[in-house]
Parts: sequence; structure tokens; C-alpha cells
Amino acid sequence: MFIIDTIAHRLKRGCETMAYPKGPAPALPDRHGGALQVDASRCAAGCEACVAVCPTQAITKPTGKAVALDLGRCIFCGDCVAVCPSKAITQTGDHRMAVHQRANLMLGEPGKEQVRLAAALDKKLLKLFGRSLRLRQVSAGGCAGCEADTNVLGTIGWDIGRFGIQFVASPRHADGLLVTGPVSKNMELALQKTYAAVAAPKIVIAVGACAIAGGPFVGHPQINNGASPIVPVDLFIPGCPPHPLTILDGLLRLLGRLDETPRGPARKTPA
Amino acid sequence: MSSTTPFALLANATSLPWAEIPAWPAAEFVRSTATELNRGARLCAWFGVPEGAATRLVAVLAFDADNTLAVGRSHPLTGAYPTLTDTHPQAHLFEREVWEQHGLKPEGHPWLKPVRRSNDAGNAPALREFFRVEGGEVHEVAVGPVHAGVIEPGHFRFQCAGEEVLHLEIALGYQHRGIEAALAGGPHRATMNQMETVAGDTTIAHATAHASIMEALAGTEAPLRAQWLRALALELERLASHTGDLGALAGDVAFLPTMSACGKIRGDFLNLTALLCGNRFGRGLVRPGGCRHDLDAGRAAQLLERLDNALAETKQAVEWFWDAASVRARFENVGTVHPAQAADVGLVGLAARACGLVRDVRYDHPAGWHRFAQAPVAVWPGGDVFARAKVRSLEIERSGDYLREQLAAPAEGALRDELPPPAPDTLAVALVEGWRGEVCHVALTDASGRFRRYKVIDPSFHNWMGLALALRGTAISDFPICNKSFNLSYCGVDL
Repeated sequence: MFIIDTIAHRLKRGCETMAYPKGPAPALPDRHGGALQVDASRCAAGCEACVAVCPTQAITKPTGKAVALDLGRCIFCGDCVAVCPSKAITQTGDHRMAVHQRANLMLGEPGKEQVRLAAALDKKLLKLFGRSLRLRQVSAGGCAGCEADTNVLGTIGWDIGRFGIQFVASPRHADGLLVTGPVSKNMELALQKTYAAVAAPKIVIAVGACAIAGGPFVGHPQINNGASPIVPVDLFIPGCPPHPLTILDGLLRLLGRLDETPRGPARKTPA
Repeated sequence: MSSTTPFALLANATSLPWAEIPAWPAAEFVRSTATELNRGARLCAWFGVPEGAATRLVAVLAFDADNTLAVGRSHPLTGAYPTLTDTHPQAHLFEREVWEQHGLKPEGHPWLKPVRRSNDAGNAPALREFFRVEGGEVHEVAVGPVHAGVIEPGHFRFQCAGEEVLHLEIALGYQHRGIEAALAGGPHRATMNQMETVAGDTTIAHATAHASIMEALAGTEAPLRAQWLRALALELERLASHTGDLGALAGDVAFLPTMSACGKIRGDFLNLTALLCGNRFGRGLVRPGGCRHDLDAGRAAQLLERLDNALAETKQAVEWFWDAASVRARFENVGTVHPAQAADVGLVGLAARACGLVRDVRYDHPAGWHRFAQAPVAVWPGGDVFARAKVRSLEIERSGDYLREQLAAPAEGALRDELPPPAPDTLAVALVEGWRGEVCHVALTDASGRFRRYKVIDPSFHNWMGLALALRGTAISDFPICNKSFNLSYCGVDL
């Protein structure tokens, strides 16, 4: 009886995997706000209200220059949006934020109001990884937030297995690393060893404000301010933590699985 | 018991002047603390406060049955003092930490090792030697720091005879981000965000503890509406984690229906927190003086409807699980911690309640909204994986009932008040029952009202030793379910 019950329960639940990316993406929570955009030309003269409230100093205004926001350092608290009197910093509601280069997260200058999204891997890597990407996850000072929202991609609602993406239990089985956390000094050696153990060609994905730039802990002597100082990073996914949809978008973007015109140039093959 | 203690009494989420805390010479202070522990008190915090070239020891005790906390301190000392761990093992990690941070040596400590300090190269924790069991049939198994799943790093060293684990030593420190050191002279601009990420799956509990500290130091409390919202968010955090843990436990015994369902429902609970504040982990909700987002009537109705659905689904998924003899057989009498051991090592939270100990800050030391509305404490005897899973499923039901009751009777009024400046030379203590157990924050201000010392104690700090004990005499192949049944935080310990 029991097995029949179990099967009946399971059938009753039906297929719970979301239609995305074939169907529309699920909506972000309305108070989330999504990616920020910065139009420095709207800034009132001499106004630095946003610079003063940013907890991670993601917003700077060097003398004589316009306001610049580093979305990699941003923890999406929304305080800058709330204090900006001229709507120069606004929320787009867009979940897409993954970029290839750190510089593509710097917002503010004309033509650079929004993030410059990553394009797919080049042909050679796509042939290798496009339908089967195995990742080893390294949490290096992560708070379990980015880890949890990466883990959730393996549940039935998101099911990243359907894209051929899988988290594996050994770096020897992996095509790359997914790094979370600011890379504490105490995890430096472990991250280096794990990276070295992955066979080339390999990629590194930095997930979350901490792995990109140190997050809320930026500047602490006990951390490395992100993964870049230790390993070469191929994809940066901002957030604190990034919404699972933002992480999934980054992974699919990298694998060329999204039907949209890429906004950035194709990349060279990494090491 | 507490009526005759020489320690200074205070209630949870309140403060008292530093000068009013009684002080003893170090050896006498250790003896006094031991006396109170023998009379039923529990060690919530034990830390050093630098004073010139010397350091004062401070103890925060909880008299759970009397619903009061007590604080005492030593005279400034350098060098060594007689260990408390020898007679009261619950002090073991605190004393290692004090030794590492201030150089005070607990004379007679049985296993004095660093907690978080880096090695000489500065690229890994200073692990030192591990406890070894000698013998021709004994072998050693080393696991970590990087683990097989998507999980935080830590190192486990097993001493095994065949399948049987004789001893497990757990070495952490890999996640150290310098949180306490950065708090000196604070609060700083990033302090609240750092408190929200001490342990990122316990954001609401740590944020509430910190906000309560700031409010206690300012001699006020948050508006009732904010206290009510914090209580709601705390239970949503518990629901998400407990549901996820039951799913993970099901996965580890290859019971896939519950694993699949709970993995998804956990996300549904996280999305309820996101409905409240935009972030699935509750970041940006709690702030000193109140809350940053309100729950309007429309949003509350949506929350209740989605909560009812998620709870109904959880109930069903958990029933499949408890109905299966194959699941129960894998959980019963595995990873047992006896009640006496649990009391000795000072377990807190659900790990303690699963040993039959009635320990719940919401009930023992109610602060904030819990002074007006409580949920029954969920206790189960046994101390095994089954009991820890059972306490979770009981708490899911009770948190659900609590949320339904509270959503029906919201507190009205302001959401956030401006806080007066923190009082100078004052010590404040805040305990919050996070989903793992007691989150404890202690702050001491200097003459200008800035932090002179700020101590953060995540429940995992008390409970990792429980996992080590649970493994004794257990097959090493049962480590995954034992580990999942505790599901402790690495970064919460490493700070």
C-alpha cells in the first residue's frame, strides 16, 4: 500500500518545474527591485547623498567626476535609491546581472547606465561545456546565503539538471568552480588547491557580492575581497545573495542557452 | 536559584552599567561561575574585555527556570587562570577563544587549540595536532575543508575502528571574516549588514539580536508593530530551514518524495520572507529602532494564503516521511546524544530539545513580541536523529499556528523610531531563539557610547560538540544523516 500511496501523492503534485527559459521568467519579489541603473547626468550639482548611505562604499564620487556605482560591491539594500532626490539611481526590476568582466558592473557614465551583460562562451568552450557543465562549488567565507540560493537550483522547481549543469563532489570531475564568499584568508589555500585540481580548460564563476568584491566585509584584513585576487574569474553574478533566477540566468547566458541577442563581445578561451 | 546569586541580574534585551557588575579575582571568579553552573545556570557567553595591558573575563549566565540572566566579571588579569572546562565542559570552546584572542591561558584545559587563527603562511587555519586513537586496527579519515555538496567548509577528522567512529574532532575557522574585530569602535555603516550575514540562514535572529542590543543601550525598545513583524519573520526563517532540513534528511536516506517536495516548499517559505522585504533571507528588514518594511493588509492577506498552502504541502510531505518504516528505521538510535551529555556540553536550541531538555529563549527569556505571544516548546526525548527530525516537524506545526494567530491580531502603530544615542560604559545582552537555537549578542560601550567589546555567539558555537558526541560509536557511513540532523553553521562559529 505504501508504495502505491507514495506514487499517488507524487502524481498528484504533478510536474513542478518552471517553464523558464522556454516560457516567461518567474517574477522577482516586488520589493526586490532587481538590477540598479545609474544615470549620473541626472545628479543634482554637489549631491552626494547616495555616497554617504552606501554600506559597502559601492558608490563613489571622485572630485570633479560623476557618481559611479559598482554593482559588484552592491548588496542591494536600496538605501541609495531611497535617498536619491533626482532619481539618478533607480531599480530596473530586471533579474539579469551576470557579466564577464568586473568593469561591466561599473554604472554611471553615459552609455554605461546599466550592466553590460555577458555573452556566451566562445565556440570551442561551448562545444565542450554547452550541453554538459560540471561545477565544483567552493564556499570561501560565504554566509550560506549564496550557497542556499545556488543549492535551490537543484530542486524540482528549477531543475538545472535539464540544462546539463550539475554540482559534483570532486574537482577532478569538474569543468569549473562556482565560488561564494569573500575568500577568507583561511580558505585561500583550499581554493587554490581546488582550482589546480580541475582539469583545463576550466572556468570560474563568482556568485554574490562577497565573491565579487568582499560584500559587507570589504576591506577586512581577514579576507581577500573576493575570488579575483586568487583565481581568474570568468563570470560575475551580483547580489546578496543573488536571486536563484539571477544565478540561473548567468549560467544559461554563459552556455548560450538564452534566446536573446548578446550585448557583449565574444570572449577568448580562458586557461 | 537566582535570588541568592552574587552575580548581577538582568532580563533579556536589557542593559546595566558596567560599574554595577560584581568583580572577583580571577580564580575566585571561576569558582563563583562554577558554583552558579552547578546550581542550574547555563553559560551563554564567556569572553575577555581588554583593560590596559590586562584583560577582564566576563560571564553571562542564564537561569532558564527563573527567566533571568546574570553577569559577573573578574578583576583584570594577565597570564593564566584555573580552567573552568575541567569541571564544566560547556566552557571548552569559550576558553580556547579567550586564549586565542587575549592570551589568557586556562590552566588545566584538556585540549587547548586555536579556534580561528591563521597558520604562519596566513592561508589556512592553524589546525595543530588532532586527537589520535592508536592501534593496529585504527584508521583515520580526514574530510574537508571543501565538502562534496554546496555547503560551507570545515575539517572533520575521524578515528575509526572499521566502520565504527571512536572519536570525531571538528576543526573550523576556514570562514573567519573578522566580524568581531571590525565591531570595535562601532557601530559602523556596514555593521547591520554584517550582523545580517554572521550566519546568512539566520539573518532575522542575528539582526534582531543586534537591533535589540542597540535599543537596550539606548534605553528604549522598538515600536510594538516592529516587534510583531520581527516575530513573524523569525518564524518564517524557522519554517524555511526546518522544512529544508527535513527534505535533506529524507534525501540522505534516499526517500525522494519528501526530499523533492520539501526542497521546493522551503523556497516557498523563503519567498514569503521576500514578500515582506524583497530578500529571501530577510536582509534589510530589521533595523535598530524598528523595521524597514511594513506588512500592509493586502500583503498580509497574500502572506496568509500562501502560508496556508505551503503548510498544507509540508504536512503532507512530512506525513509520507513519518509513515515510512524504512525512514524511521534509519533514524532511530542513530547519532544519540544523552541528556546528561547535552547538559554537560551546553547544547542549545532544537539539538537540546531533541534530548528532552526544555530550552527555548522564546519561552525561558521572552523579549520583544514573545512577552505577549508564545508558542509551546517542542521537546522530544531520545537525542537521536529521529528526535531531531521530530522536533523539527513539531516546530513546523507550532510556528505555522503561531503565524496564523499573529497575522489575525496585528500590532498597530509606528514601524520605526529614531534611537537615542547608546549609553556610555554600559553592558547589554540580547538572546534570540533562532531556528538552530540561542543567538546571543553582548555589547559593552566605552565612555563615548561606542562599542568597546561586542561578542557574537551563534548557537552552533555550543552545538558542534554535540555532533562530535553523536558520532561516537556510530558507523561513519551515518555521518551524513547525523550532520544533517544538526545542520550547524560554520560561518556562525568562525565569525
